[in-house]
Amino acid sequence: MNVLLDNIDLYARGFLGTIELFVVSAIGSLILGAILAAMRVSPVPILRAFGTVYINILRNTPLTLVIFFFAFAYPRLEIYDLSYFTRACIGLILYTAAFVCEVIRSGVNTVPVGQAEASRALGFTFTQTLSQIVLPQAVRNVVPPLANIQIALLKNTTIAAGFSVTEAGGIYQALSERGANVFVGLLWVAVGFLILVVPLTLLQRNLDRRWSTAR
Amino acid sequence: MTDTPMIRMAAVDKHFGELHVLKDVNLEVDRGQVVVVLGPSGSGKSTLCRTINRLEPIDSGTIEVDGRALPAEGKALAGLRADVGMVFQSFNLFAHKTVLENVMLAPLKVRKQDKAAAEKNAVRLLERVGIANQKDKYPAQLSGGQQQRVAIARALAMDPKVMLFDEPTSALDPEMVQEVLDVMTTLAKEGMTMLVVTHEMGFARRAAHRVVFMADGEIVEDSTPDDFFTNPSSDRAKDFLGKILTH
Ligand SMILES: Nc1ncnc2c1ncn2[C@@H]1O[C@H](COP(=O)(O)OP(=O)(O)O)[C@@H](O)[C@H]1O
Ligand SMILES: [Mg+2]
Repeated sequence: MNVLLDNIDLYARGFLGTIELFVVSAIGSLILGAILAAMRVSPVPILRAFGTVYINILRNTPLTLVIFFFAFAYPRLEIYDLSYFTRACIGLILYTAAFVCEVIRSGVNTVPVGQAEASRALGFTFTQTLSQIVLPQAVRNVVPPLANIQIALLKNTTIAAGFSVTEAGGIYQALSERGANVFVGLLWVAVGFLILVVPLTLLQRNLDRRWSTAR
Repeated sequence: MTDTPMIRMAAVDKHFGELHVLKDVNLEVDRGQVVVVLGPSGSGKSTLCRTINRLEPIDSGTIEVDGRALPAEGKALAGLRADVGMVFQSFNLFAHKTVLENVMLAPLKVRKQDKAAAEKNAVRLLERVGIANQKDKYPAQLSGGQQQRVAIARALAMDPKVMLFDEPTSALDPEMVQEVLDVMTTLAKEGMTMLVVTHEMGFARRAAHRVVFMADGEIVEDSTPDDFFTNPSSDRAKDFLGKILTH
């Protein structure tokens, strides 16, 4: 308990950083993932090809490499100066969106074709059909796997500690500098992550229950 | 010009791979006319219906709606589809939207109506099909007959020039068929232009101005209901009627 209480400032700052990084990356990855899924099912060959290439590259690259690219390689390219936090978010979003895309795409396959046909017959454009009718139903059908991806994202935020974003994964470094018991300190970090997963799980159950009436 | 037909199909051909599903189809539907399409299963009735709003593209020939040739895929086609109501055998109500939202969605997003006007019109249409008291339910909570009536209201909300029905009562339990046919009969009496694929002979006799009989992708007969039912000219129509009437 002492390790936690003595270093509560560290923990608070660390977990706040984790939450910030997570919320921005979660929202970003859901949006980008939905856009990529739309590309993957679009009738335009170029968009489909782009989606396929993107997924295959990002899904098969270790996250550490993606993050290292944004930590060390990106600044040398001298394209546009971005903060560490922003770069960490971009790396996490680009990586996570690939998984979100594939789950949403599998959700699209669960939506009966009649839904899109009725929509087209009413005069909706392809984009409207996708955004109003198909994607909302697809997402409702894949809440559990989407929640799993977001839980993985939450844990992946620790990799961002590798490039000095203040977040919970970076706590142990500071602890050892302060001469605290690093092992106990890390246990508390683990407990903190467990606590962060609880609201996600509750949200998942709640959405699942609410949306099941429509099915 | 009011004497151009509402629907005009000329020399329409369509294949599914090797299968020749529409063979040189010529069909005109005048304004205010109710045309019932009859024929055995697999004769191409659904395909015919679906080519009119280009849910199925055709190989050759022309299709015009209200004097305008069907545009290629894109904004113009969406605009044409907005004017052509379609009712499916399997209802296809939007599962994640309430009954009211189902009826309001296209007027809001396609016609860009304001919310109050769209809602008022939707409630009026739901009242007309006798289902306004269910407006906050989801489709899955309604019976098939109720869902199909909502689907008709949803199509009418776009104020269509013509309505296409593809076996609207075939998926319904027998006791619900009449409530849907009643709505359609009222529409027909009010002068809506309708193309109806159905096996309901009673509806064909009562509401249709013309009966079109299809077999193997061809229009074999095109006559008044009276002529068709009392005096069919082709053997295939006689055979078909024989099977239906001995049921
Ligand atoms: N999407 C499709 N792909 C291949 N064949 C199809 C498709 N839709 C219909 N068909 C075939 O085309 C023929 C006509 O079908 P359809 O128009 O549904 O007939 P009907 O509505 O009169 O029963 C049938 O033999 C059917 O199997
Ligand atoms: Mg059919």
